[in-house]
Amino acid sequence: MRKQRPSYIVIGGGLAGLAATMKLCEDKAKVTLVSYQPVKRSHSVCAQGGINAAIDTKGEGDSPEMHFYDTVKGGDFLANQPLVRDMCHQAPAIIRLMDRLGVAFNRTPEGHLEFRRFGGTLYSRTAFAGATTGQQLLYALDEQVRRYEHDGQVKKLEWHEYLSAVLDSENICRGAVLHDLRTGEIFTVKGDAVVLATGGPSQVYGKTTGSTVCNGVATTSAYLQGAKYANGEFIQVHPTAIPGQDKLRLMSESARGEGGRIWVPKKANDSRDPLTIPEEERYYFLEENHPRFGNLVPRDVASREIHDVVYNKKLGVGGQAMVYLDLTHQSAGFLEHRLGGILDIYSKFTGEDPKKVPMKIFPAVHYSMGGIWTDYEDDGNGLIDHQSPRNQMTSIQGLYAAGECDYQFHGANRLGANSLLSCIYTGLMMGPGLISYSQNLRAHFEDVPSTVFDQARDQWQERMQGFRQMNGKENPYVLHQDMGNILLANVLIVRENSKLEKALTEINDLETRFKDVQCLDTTHWSNPAPSMIQQLHCQIQLAKIITRGALIRNEFRGAHYKPEFDLNQPKDFDPHEYVEYIEKKQYGEIQEEEFPSGHVAYMKRFEECNERWLKTTIAEHKNNQPEISFEEVNTSLVQPRPRKYD
Amino acid sequence: MPDDKIIRLKIKRQDQPDTKPYWQEIELPHKPRANVISCLMDIQMNPVTRDGQKVTPVVWECNCLEEVCGSCTMVINGKVRQSCTALVDALPQPIVLEPMSKFPMVRDLQVDRTRMFENLKKVKAWVHIDGTYDIGEGPVIPEKQRAKAYLLSECMTCGCCLEACPQFTKDNDFMGASTFSQVRLFNMHPTGAMESEERLETIMGEGGIADCGNAQSCVEVCPKKIPLTESIAEVGGETTLQLLKNLLLK
Repeated sequence: MRKQRPSYIVIGGGLAGLAATMKLCEDKAKVTLVSYQPVKRSHSVCAQGGINAAIDTKGEGDSPEMHFYDTVKGGDFLANQPLVRDMCHQAPAIIRLMDRLGVAFNRTPEGHLEFRRFGGTLYSRTAFAGATTGQQLLYALDEQVRRYEHDGQVKKLEWHEYLSAVLDSENICRGAVLHDLRTGEIFTVKGDAVVLATGGPSQVYGKTTGSTVCNGVATTSAYLQGAKYANGEFIQVHPTAIPGQDKLRLMSESARGEGGRIWVPKKANDSRDPLTIPEEERYYFLEENHPRFGNLVPRDVASREIHDVVYNKKLGVGGQAMVYLDLTHQSAGFLEHRLGGILDIYSKFTGEDPKKVPMKIFPAVHYSMGGIWTDYEDDGNGLIDHQSPRNQMTSIQGLYAAGECDYQFHGANRLGANSLLSCIYTGLMMGPGLISYSQNLRAHFEDVPSTVFDQARDQWQERMQGFRQMNGKENPYVLHQDMGNILLANVLIVRENSKLEKALTEINDLETRFKDVQCLDTTHWSNPAPSMIQQLHCQIQLAKIITRGALIRNEFRGAHYKPEFDLNQPKDFDPHEYVEYIEKKQYGEIQEEEFPSGHVAYMKRFEECNERWLKTTIAEHKNNQPEISFEEVNTSLVQPRPRKYD
Repeated sequence: MPDDKIIRLKIKRQDQPDTKPYWQEIELPHKPRANVISCLMDIQMNPVTRDGQKVTPVVWECNCLEEVCGSCTMVINGKVRQSCTALVDALPQPIVLEPMSKFPMVRDLQVDRTRMFENLKKVKAWVHIDGTYDIGEGPVIPEKQRAKAYLLSECMTCGCCLEACPQFTKDNDFMGASTFSQVRLFNMHPTGAMESEERLETIMGEGGIADCGNAQSCVEVCPKKIPLTESIAEVGGETTLQLLKNLLLK
């Protein structure tokens, strides 16, 4: 018997990393928790609107099965279904746990949890704590982990950077190479497994709704070590953000969940004060085009509509890339109570009070549905076997991933308030599997020769020294900005192959310029310059994954919109027709006249498209380029069908 | 897009914790909606002082850039605040940037606030639960009480209240307003209250609430408008009761 307690290295202290740490500590494990900064400052704090769980407190008939259906439909059926279903079934228990941990969720008059509406569903399914739900959830988990730290089970390494996994001769992960951001020291830590909980990659795009640490570097490092990266091209552009110089600040979907309406003046370049524009001269385009879901269509749909109104119909407010998000019809007291935090952000950064004047907003890069590839094991009944060490393991044995940095759960488009859920869910769910992974290892890190760790450390010391000595003409921050601009111009809401090809060439040029970078600071104390160069190096690789994936995928699915491959759904089409069509097909030929005119042809196109493209994109690092292949998606529980949100 | 206006910055810099600080003046093209952080980011792209000297980019701490993470606290034109919400057009120039003075220096505008997190451990700022397994709902809580707790739970450990507090110095153990307010938060929660006595005992000791000089500067600088003085008064009252209880029972 091994005397040592199982021990793990968790990289990142957002919701997923903290949930995993808490769960592992409860199972008596030891955890080293690594973060760029104090974990309480992680990006999860930016999540605003809420967290989904189908508890059905309002008698609407909601259920975890409905939540599951809405989520896979919202993701345009690209997600592996057993995982999504398991998450939705666990969601009520997760909310109850977070409530017990003291999260200040809004309450009903009786003192129970209050729920509100969010995009992509017709049910009130979203629990919330004012409009800073992410912050409140993160603090609750941060407090639990602090308790374990106090008890000696958790060792925090804040102000440290993860550089790579330590792989032994069999390519099994035995630890991590870390970089002390104060002293500059590079060293290794050993563990039974490493968990990447490092969040999204939005900084690759430069200005986004992401925090500065959301750089995608840790997962790209894993990719460079041979791990598969999946669905990189699926980047969510959030419809409503506040333009800014340093960042595009999110304006939560909850603003629309609480009645916010999107509109533009019907007349182009209308310079009137918006409050004086009469109702009949306003174009509520989401409500007009989608009477059932209205302002709460999924994010990909809303962003495309805004893009269309601004660039094709030329109706942006004041001729600029902006539309109104209007809450002024709601009472000030109601808004303060339900949305206080986000309305404060708007007034602090724009100087205008959204309770009195409509907000001016525009879409911004927000979330990555794709990420490092992770495994799972279903239990044969459409749920997950929680004891399986395969759950959340990347394609490198012993290297795991959780939260936004993995690719599961959200398919081609994430629904609002599902990300907080998937982060906490993965962190908690993977715990038992990690423990059984440790217990079943034939050899542990204690048995691995120390040369394996020494070599990994030496390689990184040399590498970072190389970055420190770079003395070319290019400013790395300018290069980073240029990279973001390439992606923003070519790999965003509307994608065209000619522009994607151009972007790939430009990224390759950028990689050439990277060789001529200058390290702007060569001192040895608390110097971010060498790290920044190493991060930029990874981000260039990630930009290639995203762009190449987008180029190769010739279809329109969720957030990946290529007008050239739009299947042109007939206006009067009902998605249930497709289910009927598939059933009838099993019993013989389909007669055209059984369906409204043009529908069979459309359904045939849809079916062919799915046969070719309803697959996970896999990128693997070969010869300094991402090599793309495709993998089957598990759609065993719900028949994929055309989406419709009218 | 830059217009023809200029932003003037005066930045206090320090290379290492034990070296001498020095000042640098930097000018940048003005941009609409610029804030202090976007200025520091612009400096990274062209780190040159007003007199043409090439320098290293300024080191500072930031993350969310929307005033929910607590990272980017600094002293701007003499006032401690978050630098992300410090909009350039609302500030007199030159904009003077200094690190907080009450915490150990790391580099330039970056300081070490570990002490704040250690204090959270001392007062057990958490709800001690039996375990994470699904044992049912949390306690029923009236909305009014929840709203009160929410105000306190928005504390992002940014340190503004401590920088402004005359009682809180580099070389004493005073815990300060943010910690006392967290004691109030956890003592308010039905489950958290089960450890309220321990929390009160802790802040009755060294560096505790008795050292508060009631200057009330904490509440003035809190970016989240947390009712810190109210928290101090309430927790202060609770400690007095606890003291009496201790006297009677011992």
